[in-house]
Amino acid sequence: MSDQFKGIEPMVYNSKINVPYSWWAGDTASKFFITLRDEKKIIGTKCGACKKVFVPPRKACPTCFTENTEWVSVSDEGTVLSYAVARRQFAAIPGDKKAPVVWGLIKLDGADTAMLHYLDEVKPEDVTIGMRVKAVFSNERKGTVRDISHFKPVK
Amino acid sequence: MDRAAIIGVGMTKIEKAKVGETFADMAWEAVNKALADAGMTIDDIDNVVTTSSDFWDGRTISCMAVGDASGAAHKNVSCVEGDGTYGAFYGMTRSISGSYKTTLVTGHSKGSQSVSSLITNAAFDPIYERGLGMDMVTACAMQARAYMHRTKTTPEQVAMVSVKNHGNAQKNPLSQLPMKLTVNDVLKSEMVADPLHKLDCSPVSDGCAAVIIAHESVAAKFKQKPVWIKGVSFCADSFFFGDRDLSRAKSLTEAAQKAYAMAGIKDPKKEIDLAEVYDAFTYQELMWLEEMGLADDATAGKLLEKGEFNIDGRLPVNASGGLLSGHPVIAAGLYSMAAVVKQLRGDAGGYQVKKAKTGLVHGVNGLGGQSHCVWILDKDK
Repeated sequence: MSDQFKGIEPMVYNSKINVPYSWWAGDTASKFFITLRDEKKIIGTKCGACKKVFVPPRKACPTCFTENTEWVSVSDEGTVLSYAVARRQFAAIPGDKKAPVVWGLIKLDGADTAMLHYLDEVKPEDVTIGMRVKAVFSNERKGTVRDISHFKPVK
Repeated sequence: MDRAAIIGVGMTKIEKAKVGETFADMAWEAVNKALADAGMTIDDIDNVVTTSSDFWDGRTISCMAVGDASGAAHKNVSCVEGDGTYGAFYGMTRSISGSYKTTLVTGHSKGSQSVSSLITNAAFDPIYERGLGMDMVTACAMQARAYMHRTKTTPEQVAMVSVKNHGNAQKNPLSQLPMKLTVNDVLKSEMVADPLHKLDCSPVSDGCAAVIIAHESVAAKFKQKPVWIKGVSFCADSFFFGDRDLSRAKSLTEAAQKAYAMAGIKDPKKEIDLAEVYDAFTYQELMWLEEMGLADDATAGKLLEKGEFNIDGRLPVNASGGLLSGHPVIAAGLYSMAAVVKQLRGDAGGYQVKKAKTGLVHGVNGLGGQSHCVWILDKDK
């Protein structure tokens, strides 16, 4: 605000924040990931009150505020509710993905909520809302969300 | 319920990179401007709320680092993580709690110091979603797609928000990006994440804003004309994207209706004179207006084309230039609040709107507007 600092070279302290961190996935997500990894199946939890099926699964229903006690299998096919295309190589994009990267919000048959994942084997220009897609599982599965490689259009 | 008023506002200029000021230096400037605006000294402030985000600040317990510069020494200082409007909400409740009379609320951030894609990616669920690499821009691109699909809003209409707000910013000396644009300029700008062009997105910005909120018993004690808080509410939707209808903002509709009811507003389209809404991306201005009932469903784009949201239109929206013209995350809602306060006092200078009795301020927290905070401010008590 004052002139006494006029012409001073702006100094920068360059650093980075790098803190290792491990998230315990918890019982609910663990069961989901184990089923993906070992059986190539997608499962969700069902609310006993409103009967809504949550994929990815949650322990509690946010609407009814009750515990989801039942597990159900859902289809590996679903509908694209919306999508985004990254044209820039944004910093958050994993190293093995090159722009354009397409993410879809996919509602699997049998689920009442949608999940985020990649859309691939399709040109970004050809993706549409309402498009039918199917999960492609990774060959090497480690028990993460990327045990699904991506979703591809149903021919 | 006791009443409260905003009796002082102060803001730094919004800039791309404030190389000469640290977080505390920005707070020092904004706080002193707010005190001068109110005609108060720091001794007249009896408690402080700072608003910040640890990830954006690159440190833990970030709120404590600006306390000294905010005059919080020997005072009760607390903090909020989120948009400034939420800090102000907490500040207001303190002012009417009976424990305090005058609350200084600050909000600061420096987008220039970090990589926003990595910071906003960290808002996604670490177990189910984060590793997929989405961030705020791609999340909002997905929402823009859903909203435009449902409402048939065109890319041209969405681009007009950018033209209008950057144009308005030419009259706001605090703005980072005053620009005279055409719809074509927006549509020809780099496609960043379909359907969002570069000029559909707000810039990376640095800035700090401060407001002073007083209990009604002391609101008229100082120099400044009080601007009265008539209604305020915030509501949140589900955290996970796939649990929501992304083309809608149910929590915004709820928050707006509660704020209108509290303020005694029956027909918001007629009774609200101006609004500052959270235009982090162009489509959001139109979507938020519809969800708040300030435009009928799926009509905001057409009303914009007719000039209804221009500075001389039926309902001037983001007359200050909005966040498209400068978006210091966290501080953003306090900038919007200060802009409306100035309008209602008749102090908005070049971007002053003609009729300014009742104004709306809107803040957002979370990816794609998970949570919304709506304020109704008024010239009269």
